[in-house]
Amino acid sequence: MTELLRVNGLVTQFNTESGVVKACDGVSYYINEQEIVGLVGESGCGKSVSQLSVMQLISAPGKIAGGEVIFDGQNLLDYQANGPQMRSVRGAKIAMIFQEPMTSLNPVLTIGQQLTEMLVIHMKMSADAARKRAIELMGLVGIPAADSRIDDYPHHFSGGMRQRVMIAMGLSCNPKILIADEPTTALDVTTQAQLLEMMRDMVERFRTSLVIVTHNLGVVARYAQRIYIMYAGRIVESGMTKDIFAKPRHPYTIGLLKCIPRLDEEEGTKLVPIEGLPPNLINMPATCAFLPRCSYKIEKCYKEPWPELTPVNGDHFIRCYANTEVKPSESKKR
Amino acid sequence: MVEQRKPEEGFQEAPPRVNEWRRFWKVFLQRKIVIFGLVVFLLLVITALFAGLLAPFDPYKNVLPDSLQQPSGKHWLGTDIQGRDTLSRLIFGTRTALMVGFITVITSAVIGVTLGLAAGFFGGIPSMVIMRIMDSLMCFPMLVLAMLLAAVLGGGIQNVIIALSVASLPGYARVMNGLTLSIRENDYIMAERSIGASNWRAMVRHILPNALPPMIVLVTLQLGGIILAEAGLSFLGIGIKPPGAAWGAMVTDGSRFLRTSPILTIAPGVAIMLVVFAFNMVGDGLRDALDPRLRGLL
Amino acid sequence: MNQKNDDTILDVKDLKMYFPVTRGLLRRKVADVKAVDGVAFKLKRGETMGLVGESGCGKTTIGRCVLGLYRPSAGEIVFNGQDIAGFPEKKLRDVRRNMALIFQDPYSSLDPRQSAGSIVGEPLLIHKVTMAKSDYRERVEQLFRIVGLDSSMSDRFPHEFSGGQRQRIGVARALACSPHLIVCDEPISALDVSIQAQIINLLEELQSKSAGLSYLFIAHDLSVVRHISDRVAVMYLGRIVEICKSRVLYENPLHPYTRALLSAVPIADPVVESTRERIILKGEVPSPLNPPPGCSFHPRCFVAIPECSQGVPGLQDVGEGHEVACIRVPGYKRTF
Repeated sequence: MTELLRVNGLVTQFNTESGVVKACDGVSYYINEQEIVGLVGESGCGKSVSQLSVMQLISAPGKIAGGEVIFDGQNLLDYQANGPQMRSVRGAKIAMIFQEPMTSLNPVLTIGQQLTEMLVIHMKMSADAARKRAIELMGLVGIPAADSRIDDYPHHFSGGMRQRVMIAMGLSCNPKILIADEPTTALDVTTQAQLLEMMRDMVERFRTSLVIVTHNLGVVARYAQRIYIMYAGRIVESGMTKDIFAKPRHPYTIGLLKCIPRLDEEEGTKLVPIEGLPPNLINMPATCAFLPRCSYKIEKCYKEPWPELTPVNGDHFIRCYANTEVKPSESKKR
Repeated sequence: MVEQRKPEEGFQEAPPRVNEWRRFWKVFLQRKIVIFGLVVFLLLVITALFAGLLAPFDPYKNVLPDSLQQPSGKHWLGTDIQGRDTLSRLIFGTRTALMVGFITVITSAVIGVTLGLAAGFFGGIPSMVIMRIMDSLMCFPMLVLAMLLAAVLGGGIQNVIIALSVASLPGYARVMNGLTLSIRENDYIMAERSIGASNWRAMVRHILPNALPPMIVLVTLQLGGIILAEAGLSFLGIGIKPPGAAWGAMVTDGSRFLRTSPILTIAPGVAIMLVVFAFNMVGDGLRDALDPRLRGLL
Repeated sequence: MNQKNDDTILDVKDLKMYFPVTRGLLRRKVADVKAVDGVAFKLKRGETMGLVGESGCGKTTIGRCVLGLYRPSAGEIVFNGQDIAGFPEKKLRDVRRNMALIFQDPYSSLDPRQSAGSIVGEPLLIHKVTMAKSDYRERVEQLFRIVGLDSSMSDRFPHEFSGGQRQRIGVARALACSPHLIVCDEPISALDVSIQAQIINLLEELQSKSAGLSYLFIAHDLSVVRHISDRVAVMYLGRIVEICKSRVLYENPLHPYTRALLSAVPIADPVVESTRERIILKGEVPSPLNPPPGCSFHPRCFVAIPECSQGVPGLQDVGEGHEVACIRVPGYKRTF
């Protein structure tokens, strides 16, 4: 498999009145061709910001303060955020789908107008050809009677249908990478399943790589081949999905898996919550951000800065000093 | 009952907190401009209360030989056509302005807010009737409506207050109605009902306080408008009857001599401006200080 | 009225809640949205019943009807042996001393201008539970401790708390008058993943420590509902299609909709995932304004037969208290 995109040491920060918020602090990852990658984390962990940074869609007071995004041998961060080079990448080579299907479409333009726009701009299609292609795409993403619905306005569509339109739009220019930022969080469970299945079929058909940004571990377990777990602006664990779920190694991942109820759990299973709150990202200490909530912490965690991602087993990396293969000792340090 | 639990790890111990009143004052007096407004406001109240002691001359007495004098050591702000001391009239005018302004604003705000709140909360046919009446009152510009009423009721300070109150009523009712409709949709109002609270409690303890900030801004804006409207009525001869001292009447009287004695117009004009400005600032500060979210930033 | 059954805290019978759709100046009624259309279930003391379904299925409406916040169009709501469905507002207020509601959104369910302590203590004042001022303060402090909050934070305002802490305040308010029944309306779906378990465990702990506290737990997340509930009712378009013990729900779901719903929930385990039945439903949930005839699920159903559109199947017990409303389930007797 060839590597499509590599992000190295990405730092994105927001200068707020109360201090600098490092939403992404040295995020590094890669995406291979035709691969489904999951990016998992809770709200505010920087998972969306990292993706918006790749697209250079960060607006003031946010700023990309460092790192590189290598795509097609070029560092995308060298391009001007709104320059022609970046725009030719955005939507055409890397496309993005957002969480809110209600607000991501322009309410005063028809679905057709919005779908064909990209085709005309990026693919230099004629209006007729673009319309034909748009109808075809709508059919592919499962919108019934596409040729009559293409002239409808977004408010005629339900949430699930709008998200299908968004996916059709994302795929319209045959992008190399499709980034889906919480694509189904706002939707109902059965609609969510419909859409995710359809998305998987589509990326296969279009030979696209898919990045699923989500807080739902189940979704990545079902669809992703590789996953990255983020906490407080950093990737804390990465590896093949089957390895991480079979043997999670970072205390945060371990905690997450224990605190969500499983549909197939035994009766009487107790959830083990992660105590405390996610940290405020302003003026973070150099030590591990998960330290206050961690049950595996050792002396070293307090003294040394947060470690780099270190391999524990082949492709499996974690950012932690503690030995998480043994249960946390009862005499844990306070 | 349930056993007590230890507060969980990670829930920070609450640091000692500043008393809520002190926080209120701190936010209130945070901005210099608000302090300025407050000082002006207090000065005005003092002036109004002790007008008799502060005024160097009798504001009503005609001294024809002294008519239209320019500012001097004797008459700091000059005299008008009838030889009355402008400064003294200005000082006594404070009384009229504050009285008309305050009483009008309070009356109309209390009635308007009550109507708007009730109509918004209960809905249905009565609400429709109330709000349609308010709408039809709103069709007339405030001044025209006040003129109409003043013409029917006759002049005098009391009737001016009644006329202006009625004329400014629909504004409050409309805004309050809209606020109520939107606040009512919040879950905490549903939560109120779910714990068995009466409608009265939900309205007075929850909707009203949440509607207060925009209402305070409206009140302070209206206050300036009312003082101006009173001036307008006085100009038309249906407001404060002469020789009563009113800023608005002073502006209109003085405007005839704008070329020769501009001070006659400028002095009351500046006074009106100052009052309106001071009230807006105080209202602004009050709105901030009443918001626990802003108070919490301390 | 039926004889008083001490074991049952809540008995909902044939509950219907129609919201009229009106047009024009005169508010002429043009149609009904049948949000809840003939729902019946029983809740025992100390039991947790899960009510699960997708948005618009009427689960929230049921919760609000139970508390008398909506006036049902038809049916009975027997709470503690009294049918409260027709109670006047004043009498309902007294009933609400014994039941409480926990909301989904911890941000909009607390009055931003009220201190946390006064939010929690308000039910005490309304129902005059505590007379002396010192009793009141003591009870509020106790409630704070019960839900795991520092009672010295009681003079703070909601915005000073995190989402999870706010939800704890909501729980404390619900507990104030020691109710018999708490309706939890999506109490954790607005919270962060790592915080959700804290609230679930809190709710479980409260129930285990106070005898006879019942929950009606409304949520769209099947795994959460299954975790916390003793029994689960699955709703579709205003009707309950299946009620069973939560253990049975995963092992032996009968209604095709339940099966589809279960299969749509991913499990955080790739090994289990690779072997699971995957049912992808066709189309979308129809509008409750114009539901399909017969079983409202039949247009999307993968086992539907022509008879499905001929009549509405009612809930039938097909063994061991497992109730289902589908003529395609073995053992179900068609009544039309």
